[in-house]
Amino acid sequence: MMAAVAARELADGEVVFVGIGLPNLACNLARRTHAPNLVLIYESGAVGATPSRLPVSIGDPALVTGSLMVCGMADVFQLFLQNGRIEVGFLGGAQVDRHGNINTTVIGDYKRPKVRLPGSGGAAEIAIHAQRILIVAKLSPRAFPERVDFVTSPGQRVKRVITDKAVLEPDDKGELMLAALYPGIEAADVKAAVGWNLRARARLDRLDPPTATELQLLREVLDPKRLYLKS
Amino acid sequence: MSLRDAVARNVRDGDVVVIEGFTHLISFAAGHEIIRQRRRDLTLCRLTPDLIYDQMIAAGCAKKLVFSWAGNPGVGSLHAFRRAVEGRTLEIEEYSHFGMVARFAAGAARLPFWTLRDYAGTDLPKANPRIKSVTCPYTGEALATVPALNPDVTIVHAQRADAQGNAQIWGLLGVQKEAAFASERVIVVVEELVDERVIRSDPNRTLIPAAIVSAVVVEPWGAHPSYAQGYYDRDNDFYVGWEEISRDRAELAHYLDEFVYGVQDRAEYMEKQPRLLERLKAGEQRCAGVNYGF
Repeated sequence: MMAAVAARELADGEVVFVGIGLPNLACNLARRTHAPNLVLIYESGAVGATPSRLPVSIGDPALVTGSLMVCGMADVFQLFLQNGRIEVGFLGGAQVDRHGNINTTVIGDYKRPKVRLPGSGGAAEIAIHAQRILIVAKLSPRAFPERVDFVTSPGQRVKRVITDKAVLEPDDKGELMLAALYPGIEAADVKAAVGWNLRARARLDRLDPPTATELQLLREVLDPKRLYLKS
Repeated sequence: MSLRDAVARNVRDGDVVVIEGFTHLISFAAGHEIIRQRRRDLTLCRLTPDLIYDQMIAAGCAKKLVFSWAGNPGVGSLHAFRRAVEGRTLEIEEYSHFGMVARFAAGAARLPFWTLRDYAGTDLPKANPRIKSVTCPYTGEALATVPALNPDVTIVHAQRADAQGNAQIWGLLGVQKEAAFASERVIVVVEELVDERVIRSDPNRTLIPAAIVSAVVVEPWGAHPSYAQGYYDRDNDFYVGWEEISRDRAELAHYLDEFVYGVQDRAEYMEKQPRLLERLKAGEQRCAGVNYGF
């Protein structure tokens, strides 16, 4: 469901900076359904990639074979990202807060971490330079605290937060609000899974479940080994 | 030159060492040789420390790690790295990918720092005081800065080179060119040694010129479990399996005993794993070539 909802956020012809995991799946699903002209750019340097297998990492050799361009990472960050050429950036994180700030660095104090996470990678600059940021993350009070322990990626450009129960959107002051519910989920279920007093829009959208085509592509073509799809 | 000799001559205790390659062309062979030669107090720099630095940290080679993303891509954690950071036995200096790329770019251009539009609203400059800012003398804009990174030695794995070290790479290029040009010494490790005529027939593919190369080593499959486009695929099963190995100190020590200390060189490492070839050998997808005539 998350992959299908994330895929539907992408318009045909858009230039997307693709991250690892579920975003990767969503972008490749969109490319095979409603957005065949989506331009996938990976921070590894593959531009216009058309991977014939689901890449396990964003540096997979299948991203290179048949792509439109392969460039060094200095070009990716300076000529594409900082240049303003990226329309959509996908980010995930261990923590997402009330204002869409993301933490992928540490749980606890930076100098005395409870859990050391991988760090920014390209996430800090993607959040700053991509025109529209989509976050993909599973809901839980620990994952959605009032404030993140560390701001790895600032939330100013976040437009949607796609979770496993609902979609959140920022209001005009940048505070995340409940905007749309998945089938069978009630607003109370979502509020209980968020670490602050989540407000809901006056009119909540109801999202359609994945279509038969989306499910078939996800399960049989894109992720037959269930690397990212758990259910 | 053998990799043993190249490492013995070019990698010293206390050095700032870079083994670059973004997922692609990571010289595991060189990392293993550094572990075997028991180098100590190294400052290891890489965008993505990957399994190779996890192994070098576990083996006690590292004093400090300079990096931007320390995970096992698509799998999980680098557990030796995590144990070292959570136990505060390893010094770290942390950037984002763009920050690390910019550090190498400054180093390669022999400038003291590089400017970038980055870090506004993030906590990274608080965690790392070496991320600073400068006011643009033309527009007055505040720009982030990162200091140049000039390693003592950079090790790059390439598909092919001639005997002088003119190295050609295709597929993902990472930040190898900048890292090599920023470095005092450069070791090039290749899948294949080719005649200079092969290099001259396709000069646009040369990433690293012999002029900056200190040593050339031929080491087929020297990047495994990373990959070499057109030669062999990434060993994703090994990357997935590393989660279990690195999670447990004893398992990890056992891995190093068997596959690093327990072999003399890459040839022996490959002999131990005879099925890698059939499992990972690359298929054919050749490009058409171009006319360089005039």
